Amino acid sequence: MTHLTNFELFLLLSVLKVAVVLVITLMGVAYTVLLERKLLARMQNRWGPSRVGPFGLLQPLVDGAKSFLKEDMNPLAVERPLFILAPIIALGCALISVAVVPFGAVTRVHGVDLFQIANVNIGLLVILGITSIGVYGITLSGWSSNNKYSLLGSLRSTAQVISYELALGLSLVGVVLRAQSLNLRTIVNSQSAHGALSWNIFGGFQIVAFFIYLMAAFAETNRAPFDLPEAENELVAGYHTEYSSMKFAMFFMAEYANMITVSCVATLLFFGGASSPFGHLFNNFLNTPVLNAVFPVCWFVVKVFSFLALYIWVRGTLPRFRYDQLMSFGWKFLLPLAMANIIVTSFVLAMRG
Amino acid sequence: MQLALFIIFGGLALGGALNLLLQRHPIHSALSLVVVMMSLAVLYWSLGAEFLAAAQVIVYSGAIMVLFVFVIMLLNAGTEQHTRGSRAAYAVGIPGAAAIFCLLSFVFLSERGALKTSNIGGDLSNATDNIAQVSAMLFTRQLLPFEVTSILILVAILGAVVLARKEQ
Amino acid sequence: MPTAYYLILAEMLFSIGIAAFLIKRNVITIFISIELMLNAVNLTFVAFAHMWHQVSGQIFVFFVMVVAAAEAAVGLAIIISIYRTRQTLNVDEIDLMKS
Repeated sequence: MTHLTNFELFLLLSVLKVAVVLVITLMGVAYTVLLERKLLARMQNRWGPSRVGPFGLLQPLVDGAKSFLKEDMNPLAVERPLFILAPIIALGCALISVAVVPFGAVTRVHGVDLFQIANVNIGLLVILGITSIGVYGITLSGWSSNNKYSLLGSLRSTAQVISYELALGLSLVGVVLRAQSLNLRTIVNSQSAHGALSWNIFGGFQIVAFFIYLMAAFAETNRAPFDLPEAENELVAGYHTEYSSMKFAMFFMAEYANMITVSCVATLLFFGGASSPFGHLFNNFLNTPVLNAVFPVCWFVVKVFSFLALYIWVRGTLPRFRYDQLMSFGWKFLLPLAMANIIVTSFVLAMRG
Repeated sequence: MQLALFIIFGGLALGGALNLLLQRHPIHSALSLVVVMMSLAVLYWSLGAEFLAAAQVIVYSGAIMVLFVFVIMLLNAGTEQHTRGSRAAYAVGIPGAAAIFCLLSFVFLSERGALKTSNIGGDLSNATDNIAQVSAMLFTRQLLPFEVTSILILVAILGAVVLARKEQ
Repeated sequence: MPTAYYLILAEMLFSIGIAAFLIKRNVITIFISIELMLNAVNLTFVAFAHMWHQVSGQIFVFFVMVVAAAEAAVGLAIIISIYRTRQTLNVDEIDLMKS
């Protein structure tokens, strides 16, 4: 390795990190689908997929093969460039957000941090920006389908997403005020002082912000109980209707990848990211470099997994919002509550000096 | 590397702007403008304005242009037509724009000595980062314009709601 | 890199915006070209802010963005009401006040 310059080493390690994270995220997406089917089934007192492989664990592979092999229908009257571009935007934006997420403790190999792909100073704004661009995937899919019902379905879904983006962004301001930075590493580090007690949801008193974020995130990812645009698929038609096999699979994957991204961000901002809930109690317990690198990643995965289980639990439990109830909830309840949270948080922080 | 970023994203911005000019349907023009805005965001980042790059993506291309695309899809008004007015506009518009381009190019190129260089990165001040600097100035010295713009946004919201409401 | 390069890129975008403003007949496309001109001016401000090592240029860009957002919202509301009454978006046909 001594004949590579620093820059080439950095480039090689970055490409390796990107490849590994991409593969793990896509496998995560596939197995989240399986997790959802099994958990929902258990809540409804039935088995779920259990025939393909032990406990149904090979089901995602078989589903993927089915999606690839289905006929890719191209209706005549669609607008081809935008028709092909829309699922690419949706899936691309869902996967790019994982690039700024730190999913482990700081572990440097030849000066390159192993557990975060890009450490930008405005990491939180990057995630918000990518969420804003992901709206175009939904919008363009309805427009390019050249179909009244697809257009109306996609306009409804776009309006829902951009309405809840505001509450989402404002609910994160309390966290930023406490950490005094937009850098995701700094936000995670500001919660690692006393273990679980200094996480933003407990010690940082951001519990209201956490609930606002959770509800806004459910609406952003079009998940229950805010999934009226998807329920329309069953009733009339939706913005997915003209898509088949691979492009439909891309929309489907984009939804679950968005779920994973939102869970990662909630973990980082409210639950301490990769830090353990025991804080520094067990620091000298198993103090080898390999275990010190692996344990924070395990904590991160456990937290993200519990968020995904929460998503699925809520889907199996709550009934759907009607569209006007959904919009008035976002604008008339969540937005003022988020602003009140900002005011109270900044007041408390100013009083503390 | 700054030159490479500038050439790639400047070329993309110019291509998007030309596409805006040449396309017939307004939705393609709107999407070309989104491409222009995102390449401008990259150029802002290379000039050290990180917060502005993020604001450009979130506010401009992620909210304002979504509003434009929304209205175009709702109204669904069709492609451009060639009327008598438009032929007159071609006769005036293209020479006019070319004249402005030549005038400004002449001014900038003749003053090239007075304009210094901009090198990549945030060498505004390496002590604090860009967001801290922007917010320090925005909330202390420019506090009054900041509050006035928030009232401006409130007035704009009220105006938009009143104007776009259905007559009952 | 000389600042003049950024300024020339900005003025190319500005002149394309002026050309689109004068040539196009659809009201929404004219509006979009106004946004293009505002973006070109923003690029000029950021380039100069970097040249003089001051942050005031970026603050001004922030205000320009806010004003552009407010203008876009009100302007699109006006366009919607024009469409409701005149059923067309072609500027040559919205000439009710012409003699």
